[in-house]
Order: sequence, then C-alpha cells, then structure tokens
Amino acid sequence: MTARLSTFLMAAVLLYFTLPSAAQSRVPQRIISVVPAVTEMLYAIGAGRQVIAVSSFDQSPEAAALPRVGALLDPDMERMFSLQPDLVILYGSQIDEEGQLTRAQIPVFTYRHGDLGHVTSTIRLLGKQTGRTYDADMVAAAIERDVTGLRVRLRDRPRPRTLLVFGREPDTIRNVYASGGIGFLHDILEAAGGTNVLANVQREAAQPSSETILALAPDVIIELRAEATTENKIAGDTKAWEQFSTLPAVRSGHVYVLTGSELVIPGPRVTDIIGRIAQLLHPDAF
Amino acid sequence: MILRAYTKLDRRDLRWRIGVVNIIFGATSLLICLLAPLVGPTPISLRAAFDSSIPFTENVDAQIFFIARLPRALAGALVGAGLAGAGVVLQALLRNPLATPFTLGVSAGASLGAILVIILGIPLSVAGIPAVPLASFVGSLSAVGIVYTLARFRQQGLSTGILLLAGVTLNSLFSAIIMFVQYLADYTQSFQAIRWVMGNLDVSSYSPIVSALPFLIVAFLIFTWLPKPLNLLTLGAESAATRGVDVLRTQRLAFFSASLATGAAVSLGGPIGFVGIIIPHVVRLLVGADHRIVLPASLFLGAAFLVICDIAARTLLSPLELPVGIITAMLGGPFFLWLLVRKR
Repeated sequence: MTARLSTFLMAAVLLYFTLPSAAQSRVPQRIISVVPAVTEMLYAIGAGRQVIAVSSFDQSPEAAALPRVGALLDPDMERMFSLQPDLVILYGSQIDEEGQLTRAQIPVFTYRHGDLGHVTSTIRLLGKQTGRTYDADMVAAAIERDVTGLRVRLRDRPRPRTLLVFGREPDTIRNVYASGGIGFLHDILEAAGGTNVLANVQREAAQPSSETILALAPDVIIELRAEATTENKIAGDTKAWEQFSTLPAVRSGHVYVLTGSELVIPGPRVTDIIGRIAQLLHPDAF
Repeated sequence: MILRAYTKLDRRDLRWRIGVVNIIFGATSLLICLLAPLVGPTPISLRAAFDSSIPFTENVDAQIFFIARLPRALAGALVGAGLAGAGVVLQALLRNPLATPFTLGVSAGASLGAILVIILGIPLSVAGIPAVPLASFVGSLSAVGIVYTLARFRQQGLSTGILLLAGVTLNSLFSAIIMFVQYLADYTQSFQAIRWVMGNLDVSSYSPIVSALPFLIVAFLIFTWLPKPLNLLTLGAESAATRGVDVLRTQRLAFFSASLATGAAVSLGGPIGFVGIIIPHVVRLLVGADHRIVLPASLFLGAAFLVICDIAARTLLSPLELPVGIITAMLGGPFFLWLLVRKR
C-alpha cells in the first residue's frame, strides 16, 4: 500500500517537474491570435504556418481560410479549447480569458497597443516565443532602419503642425477624435516629419472642441479611415472642414483623408503608414 | 431672499406673480446666454471679433466667437429649454413626478436612429442637414408614433397608463437593438456611438440649430396654451373634464408638444440627461406648483442651466472637451439633493 502510494507520489512529482519545462522548451506549433496586429507580426516573421486560428476582425489575406475565434469582447473560449492551442495571444485587458487558459495550462502571450517602439519590441518578443528569433530581428531591424532613414531624410525640413484625426461624426466637424501626445499615432506623425498640434495632451486620444481646433490653427489636417470609402465620400469629408476657413490647413488646401486597414493596426506595415503620411507632409522630399 | 419675496406675494394678484417670476428667470437666462460666448479656453479679442474690416476667412477671433462659441450657447439654451419644458409637460400629463422627456421612448428612438447612421454609415444627409441629427429626429418621431398608436389602440381617450408602459418597454427594446448594433460594430464606430449618447453641444455651425428651430418653436407655442388645462389635468382626467377641459385634446397636445421638443433637442445635442427631470422639480421647489409659473420658469432655468454646464464642458479639461451629459448630472445632482434637504 505504502509502496504503491510512494510510487504514485514520485510519478506525480516527476510529472510536475518535467511537464512545464518540456512545454516551455518546445516551440509552439498551434498558435491562436485574437489580436490582428500580432497576427500580422506573426506572418511577417515567418511564423504563419504555426498560426491555427485568428480574430474575427482579422483581414490578413494569409489568414483568410483560418477559423475565427471571436475578438476582444467576444472571444469564443470553447472553440479555442477545442482547437488545442499551445500558445494563445490575448489582448492585455482579457484578464478572465487569460485566467481560464492559464488554469488549463495553455501558455498565454498578452499584448497591449503601445507606441512605435512597442511594435518592434513586440516583434522581437514574438520571435523568441515562436522560435524565429532571427527573422523577427530582421523584420524589426528593417522597420527601425526605414524609420531612421526617413528621420534623416526629413531632418532639416520644417515640420508642419498637423492635426491627426481618426474619428468624427459623418458630414460635419463634431465629436472629433484626434491623436494626443502619446502613443502609436503620435509617434508615426512625428516619424513622418510632422509636429502634433495636440502634443501637450498626455493621452492617446484627444477630443478637441471646434474652438480648440480653430485656436490650434493646424497647417495640415490628416484624417485616417480604416474602412474603404469612395472618392466622392473623401471629397465630401475634406469639404466639411471648409467651414473653419481661417485654418491654415484649409486655406492652403492641406486637408487629406487616408484610407486603409493598416492605418489602425500597429503592426509590421507601420512603415507604409509613416511613408504615406510623410509624402503628404513633405511631397518634395520624395 | 427671492423665496421670501415670493411668499409675501403669494396672496397678491397671480398675474403679477407670473410677471415677476418670468422677468427674474428670463433676465437671468438671457444674461447667462449673453455672457457664455465671452467665456472659453482660448483668450480672444472681442474688438477683433467684431471688426468687419478683417475678412471673416482671416479673422480667427471672429470664427472662434461666431462658429465655436455662439452656436454652442444657442444650442445649449434651446436644448435646455426644450428638455426642461418637455419634462414639466410630461410630469403633468402622466401625473408622475419621475417622468422625464426620455420616459416615453423618444430619446431611445432618437439614439437608435443616430447610432444606426454612425455605425452603418448610411449617407442620409438631406439639404445640408447632416445625417446623424436627421436620423435621430426621424427615430424619435417613429418612437412617438408607435407609443401614441398603442395608447389609442383600445380606448376612446389616451391611456396614460399604456403610454407609460409602452414608452418604458420601447425604451428597453430600442436599447437592446442599440446594444446589438454596437456589439456588431467595430471599435472606433462603437466609440463614436457611445460618445453621441453622452451629449455634445459643439454644433460648430448654425445649420443644425436652424433645422431644429421650427420644431422647437411649434412646441413652445403649444406650451403657452397648455398651463391652464394641465393644472386641471393634474387633479385627474374626470375632474378636469367636469371643469370643461377637453381632456383628449389636452393630452394629445401635451404629448405631441413634449415629444416634438424632446426629439428636436436630442437631435441637436444628443440625449442629455438630468435637465428634463431635475429642472421642473427645482422650479417647483422655488416657485410652487402652478403650471402657469412652472412651465415658463422651467424653460428659462433649463436654458440657463445647460448653458452653464456647457461652459464647464468646454473649459474644465481644456484643450479637451468634457461630455456635457456628465456635467449636468454631476453639477445638478448634488445641487438638487441640497435643495431637497433644505426645503423639507
């Protein structure tokens, strides 16, 4: 009886020490990512074949055929468990889901949106997690090289004071959401050779009133739209600003609307966004 | 001081009392509306703002005064007056002190309309009126239509019981649809929709005001006729009828004028809470329950209160904007509780 018990205990202790270390040393082969930005990073560093399911908002063409497991607010945990992942990438606020996965001994990688530097550091971290350190380093270094190259190229140019808008009510200038002085959008604007007019607001999203916009008098206004839109709609959106006719941006015709899903995804396509904004701010530098 | 003056006047001619209250409340709200555009986060030169020798397209002071501040003050006054007036009328019509302009489903209908446009991006703009206010007004009218039809369905008169229940049910139904639409929407659109519900008077042009004004004027004109029959109606439909009140006509006019005022106010500033329930009670605590005094005084006080709240909204967190719906409750709540305790 005692011999049996001690054998069982020994087996249990052995199992306890061997299992997690084995799991840690193994490279994950069944990754689920519910964060589109991270999914893009995984594909960029060549870990795409290890991805088995993605978020319902994911638009990457490589992931088109993969199963969807919900997103930030509605992750389908049952589906996730049934897919038997060995790494799940969650957003930092999904604390309950993280707890469930941890209890089931499924490794979790949590991510939160941060600034521009956070994109490359996340790519490197993902490289370590997925056994693709070298490729991740290459991708991150390429982003850093492009950004630095652009900074050098635009170094001696005047930096237009820019209002970077990412949301407002349709047809009118109401409820404007613009980039404040910290975070990803602020960083890409600065990297593209602009000065953020709301740089002194210590928040990622700022909501300036029409009085504030008039008083700030931006030289350039850039609106970012994640969803596809028509030329007509863009023309209408640009025209809506004309009621603020004292704004230098309006007087000189420097009001732009940029569209594309990459605009709101702080992922590996970040240099494309910076490039597009830089071309608007400094057309003669290219 | 003012309160004591009123009690002394109590036995004198009522008409005189109405006049005094109207002048005091009217003058106060007019003064506040006139001073409001002078206050703001940016220092501006008034001389430059009114200098017609500088072209408007180059005059920043003038644009801040005439585009950013003046329409806001006007919108605040109209929305405040509309919501407070609708609150008084509905509290009398439903004989329920907890009734608000939003009780009968009008604001939920308005919100549903606005949120559908924000999230589905329906290009609904007609004759220069932006899509969101238009859709919210259409939404509020649909809610009014549904509630009214239900209340008339089985009865000769207008059943206030069914009116109330239908309104409350419609509120939950519309809220559920709103949540469903928001749940399916993407992140930035949901945020825009939530922001709309918090209320915003930064209209940044006169066109929304001009398009809401005719409806508000019609509602206010009906309000001038309502006080006397409403006084009798608060005693109950039967006793009002025995005193010669055409009950159905009064109920119908009260319901439509209040709904029209609410719908126009919400399309202009969003569903700003608290004004429509608290202002009527504050006024009643100050000047008594006679609707001939309460209704006009509520219109004036509602206007003044919302304009003051909006000054706070645009200056407290400057250069950022604070949603005005947050301030109305935060400023009005404690004040009302204080008034409640002091009076009892």
